[in-house]
Amino acid sequence: MSVKGAQTQSAPLRSWDWKAWRIAVRLNGTIRPAGTDALGVVMRFSGWRVLREGLSGNRGWGPHWRDPDPKAEYDAVIIGGGGHGLATAYYLAKDHGMTNIAVLERGYLGGGNVGRNTTIVRANYYLPGNSEFYSHSLKLWEGLEQDLNYNAMMSQRGILNVFHNDAQRDAAVRRANAIINQGDDAEILTRAQLRDMVPQLNYDGNRFPIQGALLQRRAGTARHDAVAWGFARAADLRGVDLIQNCEVTGIRTEGGRVTGVETGRGTIRAKTVAMAAAGRSSQVAALAGLTLPIESYVLQAFVTEGLKPIIDHVITFAEGHLYISQSDKGGLVFGSYLDLYASYAARGNLPMVEHTMEACMAMMPAIGKAKLLRGWGGIMDMTPDGSPIIDRTPIEGLYLNAGWCYGGFKATPASGQCYAHLIATGRPHDAAAGFRLDRFETGRGLMDEEATGAQHNLH
Amino acid sequence: MRITCPLCGERDRREFTYRGAALDAPAADDGAEAWHSHVHLRQNPAGPLEEWWHHQQGCGSWIRVRRDTVSHVMLASALAKPEDADGGSA
Repeated sequence: MSVKGAQTQSAPLRSWDWKAWRIAVRLNGTIRPAGTDALGVVMRFSGWRVLREGLSGNRGWGPHWRDPDPKAEYDAVIIGGGGHGLATAYYLAKDHGMTNIAVLERGYLGGGNVGRNTTIVRANYYLPGNSEFYSHSLKLWEGLEQDLNYNAMMSQRGILNVFHNDAQRDAAVRRANAIINQGDDAEILTRAQLRDMVPQLNYDGNRFPIQGALLQRRAGTARHDAVAWGFARAADLRGVDLIQNCEVTGIRTEGGRVTGVETGRGTIRAKTVAMAAAGRSSQVAALAGLTLPIESYVLQAFVTEGLKPIIDHVITFAEGHLYISQSDKGGLVFGSYLDLYASYAARGNLPMVEHTMEACMAMMPAIGKAKLLRGWGGIMDMTPDGSPIIDRTPIEGLYLNAGWCYGGFKATPASGQCYAHLIATGRPHDAAAGFRLDRFETGRGLMDEEATGAQHNLH
Repeated sequence: MRITCPLCGERDRREFTYRGAALDAPAADDGAEAWHSHVHLRQNPAGPLEEWWHHQQGCGSWIRVRRDTVSHVMLASALAKPEDADGGSA
């Protein structure tokens, strides 16, 4: 494993970046490399390029990444081609110069939870461990599109967490202070200020009158698929092999250290194997004989038909729980609680559908006539304290990134960067030092944001 | 998803409260490692799972259900036995 020391910041790729050009040509031989034009020059996305392609019949767009066959050996393989796995590959290449790596994906890139969430990006956690991590992640989000040269439709439209009573206001103030202390933005809006900003909510409902909100202006949404695609393209351009339809069926170990993986496309040797398969973490870890502190639950999400602009922010409702935003296509995207039982079905059950719709009607009766287009479920890696794990495992060379509960999307860039840091340097990144696997055994450093206790089935 | 109560038959999921995987509890003096494993670690199968449900808004029974976590199909259901009272999920 080549390690170039601690994390370094390098400039994003430029159109005449000869290093990337050489990688692209080397990996693709005489065939026009993915992401390059007929002259082999890396194609950057730009307004100029959209104009040029528009005027020339859009014939110049190529695949965004190669589709290579797996090699017999890599310095590192990442199991899972979702947001976190792709981000890990990208930061391994960018920050640590590790390019002889592969991402192994059972299905297609971005086909799991990164494409099944409600696209919300925020940094309004408050316990030590989570607080600095999500703060770091939001900063990465803010520069992500420039860094990746990819339009992830990052929209810092602000998140409003409304509250209904004194106790919730106290909790919101406490959280706001914690967010400000971590260096991020938070404001408490009075009922009048909120009403001025978002007049269409049900302020005077008998059961859940709205008394104000916690606002984080830098929070917002990002196009979830494009985040996966952007990381995939950027990793591919730096030489990472993204291998799809390649299910890992075994993890090989020898004398307590990892030596490679068995896959549907043959054995791949690697001294470093990094799991990033949230949703299926327990099954992947079981291949190495590990039992994780994780139960899998389903979380549903919903989208309506396209509507004229009606919700400018991400808004959350405190009673009954609801988070809702409006996509650029006009659909209202929203969700509520987990279906609270173990499940790997990528669909939920009707009681939570009903509950979610009731929460919509309680918060904003005006959207009651909107037609629901789709509902789906994502499989959540639920840990006992509701917080994630980025750590080594008892097997040398085998790393674990898991347990993202219902909060994995906003974590994507920081998860990738911190995981890459751990893999390349052997030391946890400062922002993710709290995400230890042993915290459940020792009881030290539990991050139970909801204060329900560090037990399964409570988050 | 409907859940079969041995006393009441197939009933709406809303009538039940979920407790989690049905596990044998260690003895009180079994040590921290055994209790850590019991409280935190899970096989978490994608497939048949033995679990506890409480027919809270029905007959009040504790029910041991065998359910497929991928398809949500109920495979078996039985009333909890008196000796299960010490062996429920922590």
